[in-house]
Amino acid sequence: MSGLSIQSISMRFDLPNGGHVQALQDVSLDLKAGELLSVLGPSGCGKTTLLNIVAGFLAPTDGKMILNGHEINGPDAERGMVFQQGALFEWMSVRENVGFGPSMKGMPKTDKAEIVDHLLDVVGLQDFKEKAVYELSGGMQQRVALARCLANDPDVILMDEPLGALDALTREKMQSLVLKLWKETGKTIILITHSVEEALLLGERLLVMAPRPGRIHKEYRLPFAEMGVDADLREVKKHPEFAERREEILGMIWDMEEEIMGRTEAAT
Amino acid sequence: MIPFLIYVAIFVIAFFVVTKIAQRSAIADYGSLKTVTFGDESAVTPNRAASVISILTIFLLWGMFTGSALLPKFLHAPGPFEGTGTFEYTAQAGNERDTATVTVVVHPIDTPTEAPEVAPGDGWAKDDSVAIGMWRSGLLRVDRNDELGRGDGAAVIEINGSKVQPGDTVDVGFATVTISDKGTPNIQPDKGWQMEPIWLPAPEAVVKRIGEIASEGFRGSTLWEHLGYSLFRVVVGFFFGALVGIPLGYAMGLSNWFRGWFDPIVEFMRPVPPLALIPLVIIWAGIGETGKIILLFLAALWIMAIAARSGVSGVKISKVHAAYSLGASKAQIMRHVIVPNSLPEIFTGARVAMGVCWGTVVAAELVAAEQGAGMMIMVASKFQNTDIVIMGIILIGIIGFGIDMLMRWAERILVPWKGKG
Repeated sequence: MSGLSIQSISMRFDLPNGGHVQALQDVSLDLKAGELLSVLGPSGCGKTTLLNIVAGFLAPTDGKMILNGHEINGPDAERGMVFQQGALFEWMSVRENVGFGPSMKGMPKTDKAEIVDHLLDVVGLQDFKEKAVYELSGGMQQRVALARCLANDPDVILMDEPLGALDALTREKMQSLVLKLWKETGKTIILITHSVEEALLLGERLLVMAPRPGRIHKEYRLPFAEMGVDADLREVKKHPEFAERREEILGMIWDMEEEIMGRTEAAT
Repeated sequence: MIPFLIYVAIFVIAFFVVTKIAQRSAIADYGSLKTVTFGDESAVTPNRAASVISILTIFLLWGMFTGSALLPKFLHAPGPFEGTGTFEYTAQAGNERDTATVTVVVHPIDTPTEAPEVAPGDGWAKDDSVAIGMWRSGLLRVDRNDELGRGDGAAVIEINGSKVQPGDTVDVGFATVTISDKGTPNIQPDKGWQMEPIWLPAPEAVVKRIGEIASEGFRGSTLWEHLGYSLFRVVVGFFFGALVGIPLGYAMGLSNWFRGWFDPIVEFMRPVPPLALIPLVIIWAGIGETGKIILLFLAALWIMAIAARSGVSGVKISKVHAAYSLGASKAQIMRHVIVPNSLPEIFTGARVAMGVCWGTVVAAELVAAEQGAGMMIMVASKFQNTDIVIMGIILIGIIGFGIDMLMRWAERILVPWKGKG
């Protein structure tokens, strides 16, 4: 069976003072191959923890994950990750960064060069091939990160707020690029974001998570990702349903935040 | 005090001349358009003119107060009196007074000069003569050739016509004359403001000495051998320090057990000044090459271990995670992520270690050595060869500076990504 199946994952961190934090409680989720899922939620809802568990950087205290029929156990090239910032290797050129995965696999040089060339064309960085990554702007660096992830041809791409550090204009361009890549490559993508608009635009499915304990609060199926492929995202945002959903989700998150505040105040 | 005042005066005058007059209409770049420069660190760049004038001023003062031949005469600070001067003394024995003349020849110290022959003159007090080296003083028993001496109750009562008693001092123009407790005039020729060469030789004397030592050698080794020995010790000691320290630091950065085992040792040894180890190293390994290299090894070891450790611990976890999810194995992560990521820290450590090693080797050679830059200046100082001492200090400084420049250059070439992560 193809796809990613997350089966009642729980995550509990023990604190040095004897207490513990329930970061995730009984989270289950099934993703078909090629689905684009965005995850939204207030801080502390466990979305990054969830992503780190799927990536294999953390072992859940309970539950398991099945990808394409086998259980996930530690990080692997089949699940690529795009970080918010600073995860590029600054001692390597753009070309070497993108070619890192193939190099690790011991791919022949000519094959690797072909893949790297193709991906640099896709993300529009052909002219910056030999530049050091620290010479590039923030948006270009995230393009390199995307290309580096794609060079490995992973089954699942995990994105941890990949556009969080970019300015509004660059961010919009990058959102289009993510949609384009999703459509062209047909990868399963899980994208974590803080921005409700981004979650709506870049989610075929949208997961709203709630904090303490981290759990799935609500799930949506949205048409905007399909609409946004090769289209002007600003037009998509004008869609009446877009505004409606945005208000609904913002209200939902707002309520959660208020509840946390209330609970904290009650506790003190 | 006077050299310091001249220094301050040059500083102030040069400041006004250069900034208010010469550079008034100089540059019109972005920085010059800033209205707020006080407190803006980026607006403060070294003024090149100031740097040049600063260096020239040091040499100017050095030349002025050593009577350097490199400077025109009128710039010299007043020198010591050189040549012949005379003064008169009046002696009294009972009721008899007589006056005689003393001729004083003041000569450079390195050209021995005899006291000139003088005619005895008339009266019972005879004329005297004496030769005194520059910057020196001399007691003159003026009564020794007189017909009535101290034993006859004769005593000097006037110098150049002014009454004196034991303890009094009279200025006779080219010198001061002090009457000692026993009544003997002590002649102190005018010293001027210049430094005596045994305290501070002129710049050209130091340069000349560099030439001499470079061609003839010092204590059985040429200058280059002395400096070469010091450098050799530093390079070998540092090499072994890095060879052991870097893997140790990596192990400490990657393994709990190594970290726990070596942390107390490293943290204890790091603040121990290497100089404090010199006596122990001499006891254990003697004053030969082995001892020096062990000392420098110990000086470099802890610095390199700590640099490598912090280089490894400083790797951003997202980089390691990224590498894992790109399919890298542990060995590949070590080679392609952890090592390159730690290189900038290691280079910084290496620069510090080289500096410390250079300081330590000179100090160790000051204590005991057969050859080396430190030994050279130590031995020279025992013989008051100030020119060699100053030459040695300058050469040690130049080499230390050169090492630092070389390390910075290597850093720029080899780890251009430093600070860009």
